[in-house]
Amino acid sequence: MSHGNMNLTLKVWRQKDAKAKGQLVTYPLTDISPDMSFLEMFDVLNEQLINKGEEPIAFDHDCREGICGMCSMFINGQPHGPKRGVTTCQLHMRSFKNGDTIVVEPWRAAAFPVIKDLTVDRTAFDRIIAKGGFISVNTGNAQDANNIPIPKPDADAAFNAAACIGCGACVATCKNSSAMLFVSAKISQLALLPQGQVERVARAKNMVAQMDAEGFGNCSNTGACEIECPKGISLENIARMNREYYMANIKE
Amino acid sequence: MSTATSPKFLQSSLGKKLVMGLTGLFLISFLVVHATLNSFIFFNDGGLIFNEGAKFMAENPIIRAMEYVLFLGLILHCLQALFLTLQNNKARPVKYAVNNGNANSKWYSRSMGLLGTLLLIFLIVHLANFWVKSRFTGLPGHDANGNENLYLVMQEAFSNLWLVVLYALAQISLAYHLMHGFQSAFQTLGWNHPKYTPVIKSIGFWFSIVISLVFAAMPIAMYAGLVK
Repeated sequence: MSHGNMNLTLKVWRQKDAKAKGQLVTYPLTDISPDMSFLEMFDVLNEQLINKGEEPIAFDHDCREGICGMCSMFINGQPHGPKRGVTTCQLHMRSFKNGDTIVVEPWRAAAFPVIKDLTVDRTAFDRIIAKGGFISVNTGNAQDANNIPIPKPDADAAFNAAACIGCGACVATCKNSSAMLFVSAKISQLALLPQGQVERVARAKNMVAQMDAEGFGNCSNTGACEIECPKGISLENIARMNREYYMANIKE
Repeated sequence: MSTATSPKFLQSSLGKKLVMGLTGLFLISFLVVHATLNSFIFFNDGGLIFNEGAKFMAENPIIRAMEYVLFLGLILHCLQALFLTLQNNKARPVKYAVNNGNANSKWYSRSMGLLGTLLLIFLIVHLANFWVKSRFTGLPGHDANGNENLYLVMQEAFSNLWLVVLYALAQISLAYHLMHGFQSAFQTLGWNHPKYTPVIKSIGFWFSIVISLVFAAMPIAMYAGLVK
């Protein structure tokens, strides 16, 4: 074993398909480099499983640089593992110690049903976006950017909300499986900008209605989502969504 | 876009949150009145001023009407919490094998249902001890000023050590329930601001501690004979 490498025990949720009953399966892993990402460690494990003729572990991943929102994994009781402000693909094995046991589970929520092993169906988020997470404008030549002055603080707040990658860590960590941090970020990024004003009222009402219809839980302001969010989406967004929704219901 | 799919406001998740927040703040406002009035026992005059205050509360028509509003608020707060908890449990049918909640939130923020249930049990005992007597079964005689002697009921109740312990422990539940509830209500109302939210959180923290200590001080002081 080369210097600094680790031996680990992994306990991974294995579930054949959406209907099957799953269970935690233990896998011993040896000689893991501390410089590997968490997903690369899974690649190593899957190689070993394939070589042994076993079914590799299904897990979501895409860009592996923390911007696509595909990777998930509930690692030792926290979404995206113990580090703050990173996704699972940006989590490195140096965050763990030689001899550690690491429990890896899929996101748990009725609205995020397990597809297989660690992959869950997050299309509930897509359906919420389809209810108003956009602006309706004619395409064509973009007008001059300076035609619509936007105060810098508003632009910054909108940008911070737009940093949400829709990974679902907020839902996964929330004791109520509430999606309010995600929905509030999507409502906020448009509510803060002039382009978002036309559909503002309908957006707040329809996106919240879809969120409720998908079976997400109710926010109780524990603040866990804000801490676990890999993109640092703030609870201020949930307060803004509350205001947007109350005002929308007063107006219409 | 059509708004046809939008449910009635009070049936929506955000509407329900608002009910929790507003009833919570209303109940907090009651705590302030209750703690202030009861602190009259600390005048240490054999309960004369306290009984005077109790008489005012019993006879003032606005206070009488508010009693109904108070019970309505309390019932709404409890029922809504029950419905929300059931709904939230349904939102995660399969639980985590390992969930490190302490890494991202306070235990009392995650235990509002438990703390609230403890408070409700305490409240039932508390109402049986005082409210039922003063409203229905009658009080034992009058004080030197001719007012009904609620103070005497208090003295009798708080000569029982177990009751004093129960009252003191209930205040711990109250402190933690408020520590989350106070600031949470403002977040629910949409009041989150980088300048004011830290102030609200700080006020909420100290309010929770002080009001619980004031309430706990009454039975303890009476049992210890500090208030006569």
